[in-house]
Amino acid sequence: MKADPVGVRTGTFYLDGDRAAAEGAIAAGCRFFAGYPITPSTECAEHISERFPEVGGIFIQMEDEIASITAIIGAAWGGARSMTVTSGPGVSLMMENIGLAAMLETPCVVANVQRGGPSTGLPTMVGQADVMQARWGSHGDYEIIAYSPQSPQEAFDFTVKAFNMAEKYRTPVMVLLDECVGHMVEKVVIPPADAIEVEPRRLTDAAKGEYLPYAYGDDLVPDMAEAGMGYRFHVTGLTHDERGYPEMSVRCQDWLVPRLVAKIRQSADDIVEFDEENADGADVVVVSYGISARVSRMAIDLAREEGIEVGFFRLRTIWPFPEKRIAELAKKIKAFVVVEINLGQIFYEVERCARGQCETLLSPHAGGGVHDPEDILKVIEKGAKAK
Amino acid sequence: MRREIRITGFGGQGVILSGVIVGKAASIYDEKNATMSQSYGPEARGSACSTQILVDDKEILYPYIRESDVLVAMSQEGYTKFLGELKADGVLIYDEDLVNPGEIKKGIKAYPIKAQRIAETDLGRKIVTNIVILGFMTAVTKAVPKEAMVEAIKTSVPKGTIELNLKAFERGYDAFREGAGEQVEEGSGARSGAE
Repeated sequence: MKADPVGVRTGTFYLDGDRAAAEGAIAAGCRFFAGYPITPSTECAEHISERFPEVGGIFIQMEDEIASITAIIGAAWGGARSMTVTSGPGVSLMMENIGLAAMLETPCVVANVQRGGPSTGLPTMVGQADVMQARWGSHGDYEIIAYSPQSPQEAFDFTVKAFNMAEKYRTPVMVLLDECVGHMVEKVVIPPADAIEVEPRRLTDAAKGEYLPYAYGDDLVPDMAEAGMGYRFHVTGLTHDERGYPEMSVRCQDWLVPRLVAKIRQSADDIVEFDEENADGADVVVVSYGISARVSRMAIDLAREEGIEVGFFRLRTIWPFPEKRIAELAKKIKAFVVVEINLGQIFYEVERCARGQCETLLSPHAGGGVHDPEDILKVIEKGAKAK
Repeated sequence: MRREIRITGFGGQGVILSGVIVGKAASIYDEKNATMSQSYGPEARGSACSTQILVDDKEILYPYIRESDVLVAMSQEGYTKFLGELKADGVLIYDEDLVNPGEIKKGIKAYPIKAQRIAETDLGRKIVTNIVILGFMTAVTKAVPKEAMVEAIKTSVPKGTIELNLKAFERGYDAFREGAGEQVEEGSGARSGAE
């Protein structure tokens, strides 16, 4: 279906990534926001608080991040498209209930504007060290979907996608901005409402008295009932059967949890997005995401001037990981160079998928700034000499 | 061609708004790419404050200043902090009532203006000092076309102040033109830009 024009502020704007993500959320139909301000994500919450009165949304500044994530889960079951935004220690506080959202199969969006860590770290400065936390930061087995925008325009576009994927797969979806993208101001074009596709909620049409909240079909995603639709149903974070009632047994655990994982994994081709440039036929392929992807391209230009055959692979989604394509490329190239503002996270994913078919090298950065393109160039040069 | 512009002053002078206007003018009204970011942290409140704007025909890959082409200084502290990143042949624009540049290195093209005084005495509102200096910068550097700057001002300043801001911009722009007959020699150091 098309976006509700009420929430779409069509036009050309000069916006930072945080505010662009807020506009993306509102365009996608978000009408409930609960959050607790934390740098560098505050502009997103602030912008939503300014815009929600115009669109009839509910904004609550909660007492903390635990309450914020819990409130958006409740709001989703109450019928709203809901979101929270946070950073650093705030994401860590939200982790328990991101697991609850995954377990209850609650569509909702969590934006994390990554800053330098661990702990309070570098509140006002950039980091990309939360990517593994985004995958498995909550306890137990689950899969998640995560986007990584490299510009304010993509902060808008990817937040819309995040809401759509949350509905389609009934899962929490993360938008992993970084401080640099969150705070940089660039041109953002917001299209007309009829050019924005919005995924409808998968609501049940079961007869009253016959609704089973966790019965599912081939796509492994159950249909949802919202409070107020007239169905009697129960949801719980405990291992539950198709009625949604707790059943703590090996049998039920094996019925439920593999499906939570499989519903994302079996649809990875539908979810995964990446950009590729000259990767076929290259000696070295640079893998990067977020702001690091932009800086990497400067290094690639420098390497090409030296005559090195370099390809580029940018993750638009980080989770699920593009395992198949990385494995294919590994057979053809000498080395991957992974550029990220952390000390090796996606690096290990690439290395895992490469299965020793080529070298995998890391261009690390501890955080607080972006890479110096010359530092990336040195790693590319090393990769070109591999084998 | 990539141009890197730093505008610095103290909190309250409208430094950040100036950055937004330049970036918006370049990216929305001149169809170039422009990335703007601001100093962010405790220093932004009351003391030194700065914004950086990168303007390019091509996509902007590196998001920060590496070597600035233009430094606009509205405070002594900002001037001292950011002079070091200015290119050897960069353009320095400063309010001479607010900044004592000391000895300016050979090669740097310096353009002083009494922007705050113009805003206070000619326009009666000190608050438009930043717009006066933006007008002056537009005339000096031609980094962004005048028409684009005017459009960006109209859509960025509070309603009810558009006329005053446009007047301030024109006044700053003309301040350079009035002194435009003077020859700027490469490496001649400071010159008198305008009163």
